[in-house]
Parts: sequence; C-alpha cells; structure tokens
Amino acid sequence: MRATEHDHDHQEVPSDLTLRVKALESLLVEKGLVDPAALDALIDTYEHKVGPRNGARVVARAWVDPAYKERLLTDATAAIGELGYTGGQGEHMIVVANGPRVHNLIVCTLCSCYPWPVLGLPPVWYKSAPYRSRAVIDPRGVLREFGLELPEDVEIRVWDSTAEVRYLVLPERPAGSEKLSEEELVALVTRDAMVGIAKVKLPQAGANL
Amino acid sequence: MNGVHDTGGMHGMGPIQYESNEPVFHEPWEARVFALNGAVRAWGKWTSDASRHAVERIPAPEYLRMSYYEQRLHALIELMVKSGLVTRAEVESGKLAPGSPKAVPALISGAVPGMVAKGKPASREVPVAPRFMVGQRVRARNIHPTGHTRLPTMKRGKLGTIHLHHGVYVFPDTNADSQDEKPQHLYSVWFAARELWGEQASERDAVYLDMWDDYLECA
Repeated sequence: MRATEHDHDHQEVPSDLTLRVKALESLLVEKGLVDPAALDALIDTYEHKVGPRNGARVVARAWVDPAYKERLLTDATAAIGELGYTGGQGEHMIVVANGPRVHNLIVCTLCSCYPWPVLGLPPVWYKSAPYRSRAVIDPRGVLREFGLELPEDVEIRVWDSTAEVRYLVLPERPAGSEKLSEEELVALVTRDAMVGIAKVKLPQAGANL
Repeated sequence: MNGVHDTGGMHGMGPIQYESNEPVFHEPWEARVFALNGAVRAWGKWTSDASRHAVERIPAPEYLRMSYYEQRLHALIELMVKSGLVTRAEVESGKLAPGSPKAVPALISGAVPGMVAKGKPASREVPVAPRFMVGQRVRARNIHPTGHTRLPTMKRGKLGTIHLHHGVYVFPDTNADSQDEKPQHLYSVWFAARELWGEQASERDAVYLDMWDDYLECA
C-alpha cells in the first residue's frame, strides 16, 4: 500500500471531463430528462447524510446490546433498518462478526459493490484493481499492506460481493472500552474496520476522546 | 464475458493507494456523473445489471486507463444512446436534435429521499424450487458466457460448500440485456482458499461467493 494525500497518478483524468460532463448535463436538462435540483439532492445525500457514521452506530449498538447483536447477525437488513438505515445498495444485508480466531474482509472483485446505507460511497482504493485483484488471492498480504498483521491461527474469510447482497464487518470491541458510552464507542468505529482492513483501536493514551 | 473487470486473483495491478481523509468525490464532475447515473436510472430504461455490463464492455485498455467515474460516464452515454433517450449526435454536439420533444424528469428533487431510502430489492417472491441445500458440496460450473455474468473466471470448476441460502433473486446474466429476470435461488458458497489458489494459500482461509442455481452443479 502506498499512502497518498491527494495523489492520482494511477489515473489519467483528461482535462476535458469537466466540460464534457457539464455539456451532457445541460443537454439532459434541456431535454427534460433530469432535474438539476435532483442531482444536487443526490450529491448532498451521499456527501453529507449517508456515510460510515451510520455503520458505526450499528456496530456500537451491537456492542452494547446483545439482543440487538443477535438480531443483526440473523437478519441484518431488518436490524440495520431499526436504526433507520435502508435503501439503495443495502436492500439485502449480511453482517459478519470478527472474533479472536476469525477475521472477515469485504471485496467486490467484479465491480464496486459496497453497502451504501451504512458506509456511504466506497473509497477509491476499494474500487481499484489492486485491492480487488489481491484481496481474494492474498488477503494476508493485503492486510499487511494496510498495517494489519494477523496471526497464522486466525481464519480469514473473504466475502466477494458477486450478487445484490451487501456485507458489513462487525469488528471486535477493543479491550479497555468497557466503560465507554455508546456514543463514545460510535466515535471509535472506522470505515476501514467495517470493511475489514483494520481493527477498532482505543485512542492513544492522553488523546481526547 | 471473460473481461479485465474480473480482477479476482490477478497479479500486476500495482500497489493499493490509500488516501487518508478521502473526500466522497475528488472533483465536482465526479459528483455530477454519480448523480446523473441515479437520475437517469429513474427512467427505468435499464437494470443495474445492464449498467455493470456497459462498464464491462469498455475495451480492456480503456477500462484500465479510465478512472471509476470516467467508466460510469462512458457506460451512461452508451446506455442512453442504446435506449433512445438521446442520440449520439446530441451527445457529441451538445445540442438537441431538431423537433426533439421535451420530457418531464423522472426524478424530481423531492423524490430523492424516498428513492434513496427505498432502494430496489433484487429478491423475488416466486415459487421456484432450490436446487441445493445448506451444507451440500457443489462445483462452480465451467462455463464462459460472452455476455454479463457474476461468476468469476477463477472460481469456475472449483469445489465449494453451500454456506447460506439467501432466497430467490433476479439472475443477472439474463437480466442485463433482455431484462428477463429468471428468478432463482441464491446462495453464499464457501471455497477453501487452497481449492482456489493451491498450497500457497493458508489452509484456514476461505473465500465466500454469492452464486445462483445456474452457476452450480452437484459435486
């Protein structure tokens, strides 16, 4: 893995894309095929309303409420719906739980399937060929690139999203988090942990929670 | 189709490029392409399977060169032209064809929250018998459809075990082009990593794939 700040040298984006897309949008608006306000509303939804915070709430609830956790692991779509997260790219949900001997990893080798209602839109690395190609054949190497070294006796289960079923990882609750409130737990849960490329960690000693 | 989109198990794709604090969209045009796809899809002219197939049909060198949203822009234009929503000349000139009627948008902004929250379930309540049971050994069929399929090349011919039964779902291979849903049972199938990748893989690890009845045969 190569960490980048704002680096797109893996993709050549032609400079005329802005113009081409603007011209296409104008044409479609002129034809009455799209409402520009609907475009704004769709963008606003996924930039500001739907994102990994939703999934973090699902995970934290499962950590503090064993009955909820059981519902989540038996009928994830309904249990996630209880918290108000439903809809496109999350119509059929399965939640897979990590444990001391099991680690789950989510991928879509064929395109970019990802559970939008709980995680929002996928990051570039998740949609890119390097992750998609290697997550299935070398999950341990991929996790190592993300800084997660798993012992040999941990079983890795890779879930390739080949249908309309979407997967979410229920990470392990970190040791030492017993006294944290549900809201404090929400703040600990990351997108990466819910895809399975990281574990949930307590903040460094001295840091503000 | 045995396309370059079917990446699972390939080597040589380069390092994974992780970006800290990544924005949802990197450029405004990416956000517009995302939204245009959603808004035009509301016309119901094609299925999500057809959208995926349109991306897969991008010639391999182009597919690998293009960014994600460039691929989606390309696929959107192809599907709009094919379904008659626009003409190629309109896209290229940016101007309406003479005498072109003015439509009323299929998706207005007020309908966006409802559409997002509802989604479009792919499960179907139709009485078809499942061909397999949980725990049963199965083999992924060694087939090479030239159209859309969700059966990855590197899994074909491999032995697995039915892990979960999801229910009856639309079958993408037929739904992509002909909109023939051909509903059938869908399962999560367990494959030992060593069955797929040989001795180099850990004996503990596994890959789970969602597979329809038509992808499987008795082992």
